[in-house]
Amino acid sequence: MKIVIINYGAGNIQSIKFAINRLGYEAVLSHDVKEIQQADKVIFPGVGEASSAMKKLEDSGLDKVIPLLKQPVLGICLGMQLMCNSSEEGNTKGLGIFDVDVVRFSEKVKVPQIGWNQISNLKSDLFKNIAEKEHIYLVHSFYAPICNETIAESEYDLNYSAALGKDNFYGTQFHPEKSSEVGENILRNFLKLETAK
Amino acid sequence: MLAKRIIPCLDIKDGRTVKGVNFVDLRDAGDPVELAEIYSKAGADELVFLDISATEQKRKTLAELVYHVAEKVNIPFTVGGGISSVEDVDILLHNGADKVSINSSAVKNPQLINDLVAKFGSQCIVVAIDAKQIDGEWKVHLIGGKVPTELNLFDWAKEVEERGAGEILFTSMDHDGTKDGFANEALARLSTELNIPIIASGGAGNMQHFVDTFTKGKADAALAASVFHFKEIEIKDLKKKIQENGIPVRLQ
Repeated sequence: MKIVIINYGAGNIQSIKFAINRLGYEAVLSHDVKEIQQADKVIFPGVGEASSAMKKLEDSGLDKVIPLLKQPVLGICLGMQLMCNSSEEGNTKGLGIFDVDVVRFSEKVKVPQIGWNQISNLKSDLFKNIAEKEHIYLVHSFYAPICNETIAESEYDLNYSAALGKDNFYGTQFHPEKSSEVGENILRNFLKLETAK
Repeated sequence: MLAKRIIPCLDIKDGRTVKGVNFVDLRDAGDPVELAEIYSKAGADELVFLDISATEQKRKTLAELVYHVAEKVNIPFTVGGGISSVEDVDILLHNGADKVSINSSAVKNPQLINDLVAKFGSQCIVVAIDAKQIDGEWKVHLIGGKVPTELNLFDWAKEVEERGAGEILFTSMDHDGTKDGFANEALARLSTELNIPIIASGGAGNMQHFVDTFTKGKADAALAASVFHFKEIEIKDLKKKIQENGIPVRLQ
């Protein structure tokens, strides 16, 4: 199985690569369009600021490539946020895969949310054999509200999307690569999804 | 609900753990990677590696250590100690650290916080503050608490937040090593006046101290070293105790 982690200069991608290794698979880091298109699984990471990350995608042309991918794609953290219509962070448009706009947490809670929160209302093969209320690790100031494509919820300030899913596209606000055994099981579920090319 | 975090801290010198670690089941008591794995399996929510070595070689050794920890450990970890430039941080994050913590270098050059936040984002920039009370006023100290400054703890903490830091690690030098409990009054004030997470450090001696720092001290996370290293407190028991007190915590 060919796993590609999209390397567009945003984020801590080493951790994702290591997490995949721990599951017994290999992943390559790449920004090569062909290599991404030919992969069986694509992971779209992202840490940092939304508008500058979006700009990097546009500069490399990947903003046109990612929404047309046919194999399972997993966006993580900012990666998931960039797959949405837009983000309030730097007022940037996103890739428009998920029909939802990313907004900032209110001042009623500490921002960023840092730490382990629970996921519930799990609605996807991504969460096969994952129990409700398991803890996963998150670090974020912006969130995707609950929408038709929400496949897991979490609560901080209000209920928001801990994960999104649509066709072959998946996104987690949390970091499966840093979420202990639970996260590893979610990553494994993703890697076992069927690949349509 | 967001869980309160328990964070063991490992002191590192030349790539090895220093503070006496009393783990009979360790093959190599000085190996930070093995210790990190043990803590992660025991239920630690996060780890902090504090590099206390001061050699020219240290940056490279620390970067290598970070790489090996990231390879093995499936929970987040922070690296601190002697970090003073954007380049330092770049290497550590690139090698797999989730967050870095800066301390003296931020006091000497506060603009460093803004620069790091602009380049890497708030979420991975922790500012550590060591302080103790002098004539009733909390004053920031440098070099592991040895050198006093004129900075007031609360003013500095506010500035750190305004400059974009994602989190504050507050160590009370008055409480550190006493095993008499955390500086809950100062912690509660920080947690109320600021809107970023606060990690409590210094003073952990028993399980009730952790409960108190989450309730009275309003801390978001609690860090300790020796009570964990010497197995005076087992993380599993501690988390059970915290949960029994109605505080949200992650149990495995």
